[in-house]
Amino acid sequence: MKKLVNSLREAIALSGLKDGMTVSFHHHLRNGDYVLNMVMNEIAAFGIRDLTVNASSLFDVHAPLIRHIEKGVVTGVAADYIAAGLGRAFSAGVLEKPVEFRTHGGRPGDIALGRTPIDVAFIAAPSADPMGNCSGKYGKSACGSLGYAFADAMYAKKVVVITDNLVPYPLQDWSIAENYVDYVVEVDAIGDPKGIVSGTTQITRDPVGLVMASHAAKVIEASGLLKDGFSFQTGAGGASLAAAKFLKEIMLKKQIQGSFGLGGITGYMVDMLREGCFRSLLDVQCFDLKAVESLRNDPRHQEISAMQYASPSAKSAVVDSLDVVILGATEIDTQFNVNVHTDSNGYIMGGSGGHSDTAAGAKLSMIIAPMFRARMPIVTDHVTCISTPGKDIDVLVTQGGIAVNPKNVELKKRLLDAKLPVIDIHELKEKTERITGAPAKRAKGARVVAKVIGREGQLQDEIYGV
Amino acid sequence: MMRRSMLFLPGNNPNMLINGNCLGADAVIFDLEDAVAPDEKDAARILVRNTMRYMDFRGCEIIVRINSIDTPYWKKDIDAILPERPAMILLPKTGCPKDAQMVDEYMTEVEKRLGLETGTVGLMPLIETALGVENAFSIATACPRVQALFLGAEDLTADLQCKRTKEGREIEYARTRLVVAARAAGIDVYDTPFTDVNDDECMEADAMLAKGLGFSGKASISPRHVEIINQVFSPSVKEIDYAYEVMEAIALAKERGKGAISLYGKMIDAPIVARAERVIAMAEALGIDRRDV
Repeated sequence: MKKLVNSLREAIALSGLKDGMTVSFHHHLRNGDYVLNMVMNEIAAFGIRDLTVNASSLFDVHAPLIRHIEKGVVTGVAADYIAAGLGRAFSAGVLEKPVEFRTHGGRPGDIALGRTPIDVAFIAAPSADPMGNCSGKYGKSACGSLGYAFADAMYAKKVVVITDNLVPYPLQDWSIAENYVDYVVEVDAIGDPKGIVSGTTQITRDPVGLVMASHAAKVIEASGLLKDGFSFQTGAGGASLAAAKFLKEIMLKKQIQGSFGLGGITGYMVDMLREGCFRSLLDVQCFDLKAVESLRNDPRHQEISAMQYASPSAKSAVVDSLDVVILGATEIDTQFNVNVHTDSNGYIMGGSGGHSDTAAGAKLSMIIAPMFRARMPIVTDHVTCISTPGKDIDVLVTQGGIAVNPKNVELKKRLLDAKLPVIDIHELKEKTERITGAPAKRAKGARVVAKVIGREGQLQDEIYGV
Repeated sequence: MMRRSMLFLPGNNPNMLINGNCLGADAVIFDLEDAVAPDEKDAARILVRNTMRYMDFRGCEIIVRINSIDTPYWKKDIDAILPERPAMILLPKTGCPKDAQMVDEYMTEVEKRLGLETGTVGLMPLIETALGVENAFSIATACPRVQALFLGAEDLTADLQCKRTKEGREIEYARTRLVVAARAAGIDVYDTPFTDVNDDECMEADAMLAKGLGFSGKASISPRHVEIINQVFSPSVKEIDYAYEVMEAIALAKERGKGAISLYGKMIDAPIVARAERVIAMAEALGIDRRDV
């Protein structure tokens, strides 16, 4: 049996891809990804039209996708996250059919349940063998975990692995196994290593970010959850990393060993593992080279699929065992609904990713955000888009105070007992507006350009054009 | 007024100014002097004035460092800032009592002109020259408006023609001289900032040294240092506990009609009681309940 084909063109031909079908991509190569553009260019050259692209995320490097939309090659898009540059085009209404946003857990759940069937999955593989065993841990384009690609590989009708590091069979330490793979293609490069992972992720030096991070760590300490067995996820943003730094200091001082660190993993979480703050790291995506190296070499650092990470239809998912998650927001309203899909002017500039999944699962879901960015206050009466419902958010940490969701009475008591600067969210909004003024809401566009599908498959909100 | 930490904020940086009350410092010093280039002096003056006019700084005292009296800016600084009622004006390069008196007189003149209550805005001479150190006591007693002395080690070491070090041996004399002068005058005294923003360990040691010498608090040029300074200058659990024991021992002595009493083999006298009262007052101001101790 020969799976290794001579070209991407041959693989596409063999896959049986036709008008109206769905192709899928994963985003571990992030803004360094060559594969989506490479594949879509070949597909366009075939004259295939009316495709749906289901990608775990789209970055600005994927700007050529807009041209394929304009020419009718692509008529449907589903993603968990769309970066700001591409988001502008979608907000301007380039796509007639609304974009479907899902969460990192909802996407593989819907693929597995057959709600969003995939005809051909294209898997960018930093290493693969001729039978399709593949891994993200090795090769010049190493990205670490391939967590988001597992559902695509397992449930797509046809699976094409694209690699720039073809190794003799069998590849050691594979992530995705050959039994899911139909074709293997070798190319010169699947991505630009500079855009795939950053060399290092930096802790913020911004004083306001540090104040928020310090508050965040104290909230976790006061929550009662910080004890042996503690589990934690944080983002790669400067303030989130700084919160992890402060948290690490507390954990080391109190000699607390957590059970696991989760998520997109940064070098900072790796440091916490090595210094004994956690027994393990569960990794759906690596953010920097240190995380990739750790995943490759440290057996305590474990790759997980997006299904295991967060799927609501899985028999269990790691987010359900999570104690604390630190998340961001472009806006949060007085009911604690959070927007991470659009900016305050309504332009698409992100997406839930794992936001809603971890918020739903974690015992303590914390938003860190400054009171205002440029002149825009972060707390508002109604968010432009409900990405994560307020029922799943426990606390908002800003430099101007800590607002606790009234549903979490015990947390508020604990924070007050710890003498932390607790403030009612309405008061926080007024305090911010005394500085910035209350901005007028931008009028909604005429047409829905994106639908936000909640993690349980429900229509959570609609995003209008700008 | 408790001023464990005083954070310098550049007067020409709006983002820092509007967030100044969120950075944890007991007081902020809006800087119109060294942080601001000559061609931005007017812009910074307006920015600082408007920040004070429109922003809510409850819980965080505002001090403004004006330009020194050998520049053409200092009167304009006072004209703009005084109506906004800062807690104190920090006067750089104060070398002799006359410097402070001259500024005091001008402040009074402006207050009268504007119909403001005179003398309510304090003056804090910044001692950063060899002459200023030698004149410390006479500066501290120059006029009633002087509420505290402030040591500035960067300019001082330049004037002393020595290198500024992390250990601070070169400013030992100035530090002790200023503490003695201020305490003799019955006013507060604040220590110079530690300038390596990346060395938290030495920063803490420097703050502990200052506290040990008798300083009331310490300035900082980095928000990162504020929490460390606050911790160092807050009474420790041990100090609070001891203070309450002292007060209990005194109460017991009174109850038994005794004039003197000892605690852990040491006589409790008036200065010890005064210190215990200060510690308890500070603990109460910080909201530290004895049950937490």
